[in-house]
Amino acid sequence: MSDLKVLNFMGYRKTLAVASLVLLFVSLGSLAVRGLNFGLDFTGGAQIEVGYEEPADVEVIRNTLNGAGYRDVVVQYFGNNTDVLIRMQEDNNPRLGDEVLALLSETRNDVELRRNEFVGPQVGEELRENGGIGMLVALGVVMVYIALRFQFKFAVGAVAALIHDVVIVLGFFSITQMAFDLTVLAAILAVIGYSLNDTIVVADRIRENFRMVRRDETDYLINLSLTQTLARTLITSLTTLLVLIALGIFGGELIFGFAIALSVGVLVGTYSSVYVSANVLMALDLTKQDLMPPEKSDDPEEEDIPAWLTDVDDNDEKEDSKEKT
Amino acid sequence: MLNKYPLWKYAIILSVLALGVLYSLPNLFPADPAIQIQGAEAGVQMNDTTVQRTESLLDDANIDHFGAEINGQSLLIRLNSNEDQLAAKAAIQRGLGGNYIVALNLAPTTPNWLLAIGAQPMSLGLDLSGGVHFLLEVDMERFLESRLASYAANIRTTFRDENIRYRGVDVLDDGSIQVLLADEDFRSEADTWLRRNLPEFQRSDIESRGLPGLILTLTDERIAELEDYAVSQNQTTLNNRVNELGVAEPLVQRQGRNRIVVELPGVQDTAQAKNIIGKAANLEFRLESRDGQGEVYPFRDSNRTAMLETDVIVTGDNVTDARTSYDENGLPQVSVNLDGDGGSRMGQTTRRSIGVPMGVLFIEQKSILEGYEEVDGEPVPIYDSVEEREIISLATIRGAFSNSFVITGLDNAQEASDLALLLRAGALAAPMQFVEERTVGPSLGAENIRMGTQSVIIGFALVILFMLGFYKVFGIFAAVALSANLVLIVAVMSMMSATLTLPGIAGIVLTVGMAVDANVLIFSRIREEIADGRSPQAAIDGGYKSAFSTIFDANLTTLIVAVILFAIGTGPVKGFAITLSVGIVTSMFTAIMLTRALANLTFGGRVVKKLPI
Repeated sequence: MSDLKVLNFMGYRKTLAVASLVLLFVSLGSLAVRGLNFGLDFTGGAQIEVGYEEPADVEVIRNTLNGAGYRDVVVQYFGNNTDVLIRMQEDNNPRLGDEVLALLSETRNDVELRRNEFVGPQVGEELRENGGIGMLVALGVVMVYIALRFQFKFAVGAVAALIHDVVIVLGFFSITQMAFDLTVLAAILAVIGYSLNDTIVVADRIRENFRMVRRDETDYLINLSLTQTLARTLITSLTTLLVLIALGIFGGELIFGFAIALSVGVLVGTYSSVYVSANVLMALDLTKQDLMPPEKSDDPEEEDIPAWLTDVDDNDEKEDSKEKT
Repeated sequence: MLNKYPLWKYAIILSVLALGVLYSLPNLFPADPAIQIQGAEAGVQMNDTTVQRTESLLDDANIDHFGAEINGQSLLIRLNSNEDQLAAKAAIQRGLGGNYIVALNLAPTTPNWLLAIGAQPMSLGLDLSGGVHFLLEVDMERFLESRLASYAANIRTTFRDENIRYRGVDVLDDGSIQVLLADEDFRSEADTWLRRNLPEFQRSDIESRGLPGLILTLTDERIAELEDYAVSQNQTTLNNRVNELGVAEPLVQRQGRNRIVVELPGVQDTAQAKNIIGKAANLEFRLESRDGQGEVYPFRDSNRTAMLETDVIVTGDNVTDARTSYDENGLPQVSVNLDGDGGSRMGQTTRRSIGVPMGVLFIEQKSILEGYEEVDGEPVPIYDSVEEREIISLATIRGAFSNSFVITGLDNAQEASDLALLLRAGALAAPMQFVEERTVGPSLGAENIRMGTQSVIIGFALVILFMLGFYKVFGIFAAVALSANLVLIVAVMSMMSATLTLPGIAGIVLTVGMAVDANVLIFSRIREEIADGRSPQAAIDGGYKSAFSTIFDANLTTLIVAVILFAIGTGPVKGFAITLSVGIVTSMFTAIMLTRALANLTFGGRVVKKLPI
């Protein structure tokens, strides 16, 4: 193999496992105590976004609306000080948007309606349920796929990493109380996809090294695999973060939560592919036997690739003679 | 080790790219804001006179226009700016009058040769184009209630006609019908008749108030059938109503068991749209009661009440056409035409009821805020849907009439035209409620497009700069692949006529970030191979081969997640899932096949001392 200096990742595994557990408990604790600041999509209610040409005064708007008898009105800036978001638990009033706009244009005439949303409570509840079901289904299917494609211990490791990531991102939204809406939910499901991507790349390398390298200390083989994939892990995380930062800064307020959720997810996902999934593999005591087709010779260099894995070209020397056509 | 692709592989790659460019091209031609004019009924034809009238109306209103064209039944006239659309619509509608439906539209500017090969731009979601999204829920409980009531009425009439003596036919609270008979013989007669004629009911014997009786319950299949009927009937009606509103490219789609989505893209008068779409209004024509038996209803415009017979002569469902007109005093009225069935019933009734007043009962479903309920410390509004029944006119029948007549007693012209529209478009089979509404203003839509595009471009540029700096010549390959990937995503989305949304754009941005992963994996492997001391050619080949299974596994699992997202997601989640899935598939092609082809073209088949990677 290369003369790459193998970094001792697994040397810190216990410390970092504790750190992960602490993060998980903090997240779960916050979710239990503070919960999520669900957006309109999930709570139901009405929400109106208006835009002014000149900076708006939230206090004036709030007083105007309260004065007109609307209850539970929340008025806040949306993105910048010319956009204002008004949330209220109003009834199913077809002219709510127009009424609010008419009221507001009495005091300032440079106002325009940008967005008007009403979500019934039953829809909100369903969206919450579907979101939860979606996450569970995604986790389940992925676990089965990895168990079939790799090995059961990898599936446990991958799913542990996914749960770790999702809980921490949810915890982040709970602690910061940022609005949790449908786009954030989409982002969290994308975190599952991303984190999985990372975990599989690492797992793939671990499987390869367990089959090919003539040493059988589990921690050495895992460290070797992590070292080899480290550059790739960092670069991909970096490019993904680059586009997410672009999205967060230039994508506008509607997509900001999405960018934040995914950024946190990418950071946590990068960490978890190393210290959660690989850690679980250590804890489950992954051995060469787990990954060896048992009937094959014990020299990994001569290993035959199973038919269902023929797209895996583990052995370059052998492949060299088989020129690709 | 030559690193050469056979010619056919290059050919495949080139043709995929060429197709990609071709089918993504239409998206470069922005659509013109336009006004579309159609006749309100089949007889009204578009011709040069209409074109001239429309053009002069626009000239009078000082609105720039161009490219008027007649397209079959409709006339399309293009405008210079979105801001002009509403003003132009108003001016044309006023000028042409009620025989024309004037709608806002977007006129594609796609060249004909592209249209000829079926290339079309992606459709934009409401968050990008602006517009209204409504989600309506069909109130099945009330629908079943009314169906059961009409079953009960039917049973009563038939039993009377067939001389089956009964003491009561009532709808119970649990959704079953209780039939009480005079004695056991009548019960078995009733049982036989019901078995033959109403097999959709399950029957069971009961004794109540010392009388033999039957309990009728609808089978589950029948309930499902009825619900299905109600929803699809409502969907048809909504379609008609939306068409009557004159909205270009509306969407009316069933969602789930009992919901209907209505999407009206573009600039809209939302309040009017909502009024017309959601109005569960119907009419019933009934005679005034003469024997003191019947139901009392208030008048709409006064405090009086009147008692009407319970038998309905015809309902709004029998109406084939309804138009606004004016009587000799200039008051608005609605001229109504009935279908054959309704006409003959109306004829029979009016012939034997000359001199009797006939009432027009207007039935409207409204949802009313009842109060708030505390859920998790947050007030959640509770709605109750109520049915308002008001008499809009009560006029004495002067002579027999059947197929056509007029409804008077309307407050103003707007009310008359709304009523005519509702009658024309048909009644809703079951009442509906708005459970979700989203309006996006046109300026926000345009801004979302601008910001979305901007973040794609910036994210893309950042990633490319990074790849060039880090992988040099191979970075160029990755950059080409990434650009090709963007083109292919747009092409596939356009070919599938998928809808692009703001979260969809976010999906594209994310794909840009993640698609380079495949290249990073390959290039890292190539560097490893070189570090292991292999020759440059062997390193390229080995790098691609050993990275393949990793890329495949990683992308396939992400694709699984994206597909699940699509299957269970709604709205924004779906839009995101589509672009993510498409992006994953196209990135496999560009990141593996295309970069390999580029690497082979650059380095293959010659002696390379050192790879610039």
